[in-house]
Amino acid sequence: MKAVDFDYVRAGSVDEVCRMLDDAAEDGKVIAGGQTLVPLLAMRLTRPALLVDINAVPGLQGIEGTTDALLLGSCTRQAEAERSELVCLQLPLLRKGLSFVGHVQTRNRGTIGGSIANADPSAEIGLVMLTLGGSVVTRSSDGDTIVPADEFFLGPMITTLMPNEFIRQVQFPVWQVEGWQGTGFQETSPRRSDFALASAAVQLVLDKDGICRRAAIGIGGAAATPVRIDAAAEGLVGTTVSEADITAAADVVREMVDPESDLHASADYRRRLAATLAARAIREARAEARRKGEGPDVEA
Amino acid sequence: MTSEPRSGFRYISRKRRPQEDRRFLTGQGRFVADVDLPGMKHVALVTSPYARARIRGIDTSAALGAPGVLGVLTGDELARATDPLYTGIHVPGVRRYPLAAGEVRYVGEWVAAVVAEDRYLAEDAAELVAVDYEAQEPVVDPEQAVLPDAPLVHVDQGSNVLLRKRWNWGAVAEEFAAADHRISYRARWHRSSTVPIETFGVVARWDESAELLDVWASIQMPKFPDHLANALRLPGNAVRVHFDVDVGGSYGVKRGIKHSVLVGHLARTLRVPVRLIEDRLENMRGGDAHGPDRIFDVSLAFDSDGTVRAMKMRALDDLGAYAGRAPLQLGKPVGAIVGPYTIRAVEYEAISVATNKTVQEAVRGFGQSPTNFAIEMGMDRIARQLGIERLELRRRNFIAADQFPYLIPSGSTYDSGDYHAVMDKVLDAVDYPALVARRDELRREGRLAGIGIATCLEPSGGNSSFEPLLNTRNETTTWMDSCMVRVDLSGSVTAVMGTSSSGQGHETLLSTVIGEVLERDPDTVRVVHADSLNALPSNSPVGSRMAIMLGGAGAGAARRIRQAVVAIGAHNLGVSTADVEYSEGAVHVRGTPERGLSWKEIVAIAHRKYHLMPDGMEPGLQAAFVWEVPGGGTLPGDDGRVQMYPCYAFEGHLVLAEVDRETGLISLRSYVVGHDCGTVINPDIVHGMTYGGVAHGIGAALYERFSYDPSGQLVSQSFMDYLLPSAHEIPDIRIVSHCTPSPLTTFGQKGSGESGYLGAPAAVVSAVNDALAAIGLEVNEIPLWPGALGDRIAAAEETGTGTAGNARAVPWAGPQ
Amino acid sequence: MSKHEVTVTVNGRPQQACVEARMTLVDLLRDVLRQTGTHVGCEHGVCGACTVLFNGRPIRSCLMFAVQADAADIVTVEGLADASGNLSVLQDAFWEAHGLQCGYCTPGMLIAAQALLEETVTPTDEEIREAISGNLCRCTGYQQIIEAIRLASRSSTAQVADHDE
Repeated sequence: MKAVDFDYVRAGSVDEVCRMLDDAAEDGKVIAGGQTLVPLLAMRLTRPALLVDINAVPGLQGIEGTTDALLLGSCTRQAEAERSELVCLQLPLLRKGLSFVGHVQTRNRGTIGGSIANADPSAEIGLVMLTLGGSVVTRSSDGDTIVPADEFFLGPMITTLMPNEFIRQVQFPVWQVEGWQGTGFQETSPRRSDFALASAAVQLVLDKDGICRRAAIGIGGAAATPVRIDAAAEGLVGTTVSEADITAAADVVREMVDPESDLHASADYRRRLAATLAARAIREARAEARRKGEGPDVEA
Repeated sequence: MTSEPRSGFRYISRKRRPQEDRRFLTGQGRFVADVDLPGMKHVALVTSPYARARIRGIDTSAALGAPGVLGVLTGDELARATDPLYTGIHVPGVRRYPLAAGEVRYVGEWVAAVVAEDRYLAEDAAELVAVDYEAQEPVVDPEQAVLPDAPLVHVDQGSNVLLRKRWNWGAVAEEFAAADHRISYRARWHRSSTVPIETFGVVARWDESAELLDVWASIQMPKFPDHLANALRLPGNAVRVHFDVDVGGSYGVKRGIKHSVLVGHLARTLRVPVRLIEDRLENMRGGDAHGPDRIFDVSLAFDSDGTVRAMKMRALDDLGAYAGRAPLQLGKPVGAIVGPYTIRAVEYEAISVATNKTVQEAVRGFGQSPTNFAIEMGMDRIARQLGIERLELRRRNFIAADQFPYLIPSGSTYDSGDYHAVMDKVLDAVDYPALVARRDELRREGRLAGIGIATCLEPSGGNSSFEPLLNTRNETTTWMDSCMVRVDLSGSVTAVMGTSSSGQGHETLLSTVIGEVLERDPDTVRVVHADSLNALPSNSPVGSRMAIMLGGAGAGAARRIRQAVVAIGAHNLGVSTADVEYSEGAVHVRGTPERGLSWKEIVAIAHRKYHLMPDGMEPGLQAAFVWEVPGGGTLPGDDGRVQMYPCYAFEGHLVLAEVDRETGLISLRSYVVGHDCGTVINPDIVHGMTYGGVAHGIGAALYERFSYDPSGQLVSQSFMDYLLPSAHEIPDIRIVSHCTPSPLTTFGQKGSGESGYLGAPAAVVSAVNDALAAIGLEVNEIPLWPGALGDRIAAAEETGTGTAGNARAVPWAGPQ
Repeated sequence: MSKHEVTVTVNGRPQQACVEARMTLVDLLRDVLRQTGTHVGCEHGVCGACTVLFNGRPIRSCLMFAVQADAADIVTVEGLADASGNLSVLQDAFWEAHGLQCGYCTPGMLIAAQALLEETVTPTDEEIREAISGNLCRCTGYQQIIEAIRLASRSSTAQVADHDE
């Protein structure tokens, strides 16, 4: 298992990356953390002539907060995001999702942008981005393009990224809704660290009366791409998120997903599982929001 | 051989840091991939993309012209230069060579080998070898493969059924007729294996001037040097296998004989040192290291009080494309075919069928784990049918402590055991009523929870009686092991063993037993692994044999040293040997401690002062001991009755599992195992192998499977799809120890290392079925993946019937 | 083909090599620098046998190229004992608990455990399992490995307490 021969350049700037990719035409590939790419190279399933290493490019690492979003440089390590206080406070759903990504060793090297670019339909980071309605900032020699998550994923391992483009930044919205926010991330896999048979990400906000003011539900592993089930989320808004409301949302999820059968699970299983996990994630988020509501903050 | 006293050991059974650990902890282990010879070249393999195809031609010209390439070898060339690899049963139409000649028979089979300056260049060139295949229809389903019109994996053999034997031990028909009840069921054990983290590797160097092939390999294989020499058409003393290579796990499968023949041939013809370290894809597809793949159809006859009178078992094993030693794995279970139970009569039919899949190799327990899984499933079924508590049913059928030695219908005598006592200890340790209460509490919360119970025997002291049993041309009746002990002039002790180790702690084993006999600190005893030209005969650490066989041989050699020391001492003290006492290496006149000779003085006499030696004694201080397996030495009877292995360890497993009703995910909440392997030499080593065996069994039950699609493509060929359990999946395991010494061995020890694996799959399935009973569902095949199980739970909850998705139960047809 | 000069610090010693771009870090360590304590198990990033500390953090050395490690600081199993060969607290605990058998996964397991204990002095069992879940072991069922890490944690804490007194 040795990669085919290739040329390698450690790019020093965003512009250099663009230039290299332009020069390589379709034969160049960007390497960031390499946790998905290197196995594909080792198995000779991909054969680029040139690897452009973006790990040393200034400006691609780090986490920045704006009023309504966190901006993560594409080369930000997953472990760094996992440890980040900003992420912990403002993007708890991402933090929960990250705990399911690979292992300590792969999170230390793997990047936020790399996971999204590889677009595995079961991958957690892309699911969180999609669920929250985030977007990808891609870069080519023509400059930046902002691609909403809804549009970015096209299929398993397929995105809108062109051969001369790479991800510069990933934007995760931070909700500014009055009330108590709760998040839930549920995933089922044969072993804890495997790619999910299906996964569910939920974020919701309850007001002081326990009424859901905003909700988002995303499902991974149950379609060619991660999917956001807006109809299910909208159904929760305005409710107290009772068990009946949760069942109704899960039923919508079951209707909306479009899984396929493979070695590890049938399509029917994944469909049921998506609904089950959606329900569990909603409960998890509800419990978290209610806990906050009942906490000392209520009195203050 | 007489036994040592069983209590009051000085070093045996006591905590002692394993001697070999230190080098592994500092990165100083020497594995085959660490062997670096000057000028060494590297092999990459061209493998078949088809399950079955004729090779019309191979064009190696582009590969030969690639950078750094020294040579390309094809199957036809190799087949002309070597003899076929050893096959365990008599199937003259099945010829196996390291590289396919004329025809490929499974995906991943090696077709050509490329040798280059490094592995990168070798892989580049391997892609340039152009093979012209004519694809043919494969046979993938073993139950299809036995049909008369199935495509033939080996046309010359005339049938895919490579072995079919049926034995009848006891009054089976009468017992079935007389019994109150009968059940028939199927148990399906899908293909998995041991999958060590180190793949197989081999390095070979041909010395033309000495006409000697030096081989370093990650090997765990009986008679490996002989097989290698035979296939290469070399005299045995022209092959020197270095056993001082650390083997990175094996549990049976590290038998890369085809790899070694190939690399030996390449080293000899290219006149350069050559190495082949399998990469993980080569290992999974073409390493020929898959494990049993079995369909059991079982019938049991039993009375209303739970007494199991008789069993009929048919085991159909899908052995893959070549025979190898795999069919013999249907033979070993004959030696424990009734498990720990008093079943009086057994009919056993063993069928090995060839399919277009990767070849099987020996796997931990050598076929015993699947067989035990099938037997234990029956015990659970009987218990449910009769409404008898599952453990109570087993207790009623256990062989009682006072019945040993106990002759089972198939001709093996169990040496010793106290199964009731072990289970009592387990129940005490786990607080069984509390465990039941915990399960019931989970059930009240609406969960599917169950307790699993399984017992198993670990036949140990590995003999090879299954060879003559399944192949009358093979008259093997010994499976000896050996040790040489030397005391040098400085008085330090060195023990020489003739095989490599793959984590079993043989250096600690030998130094402990030798220290025990000589009453010398084991930490001062050095153990070395000889090469095959220096070694006394060994049959390698297979069949849970080393504590018994190597331990027995080491003790035997040490005892001879001790006798020599006593003789020298007595001679120089002017008294008879009966009048001296041996103490920690020194000798003194009995009752007069001040009249004695020290260890140093006696050693000096042996090495330098021949004039002080008793008449007729050899100078120096060394002794060899070659030990035959206790109870070995006889061929099977015509009725197939045979003493298989000499010693029988016992385990009882108790596990609490929960099945997630919605996801089908199984989690193990509590795991306790009662273990009795007689006298334990080193507790940490024995416990470690038990934990590891349980984990391996959990893997087989819940995660691991080599899956094939209908076209014969292996779809779980990487670690992404072949799921080895991680630290998240294996629960905390508790061992409860018991000791029933074996009367047949030096210190009362029995074998260890397999039984965790022999019991865990049955125990996990037992727990899952206990959990699923609430919804009327029963499973009978492993591994139990959440996807498939989730579908079955959903179907059961929808329709109220639980058996729809089971592997089909086929009633036993009886003698035909 | 592109060849690249790399300088890496391995167990405190700067080392230089000229490598092809496609050479993995683990191949550099083992085949070029002859630090063979680090093992190769799968070459596709699942088994963890090749785990090394890379700038202080555990990573899989089969999942990056040697050229990417230029200027990096790497610690392998050979770097755990002190200069005179005394075992580290962790190594000693693995020996005491027999947290290994064949020794093949052991170097990666030690590195993963070392990284855990550097961050979390008294990890819970769940934290221990999480930290080594990316390192497959086929011999031990993990039980004695987990015991060894617990023991190392206790020993380190005891040592710290001794120093405090």
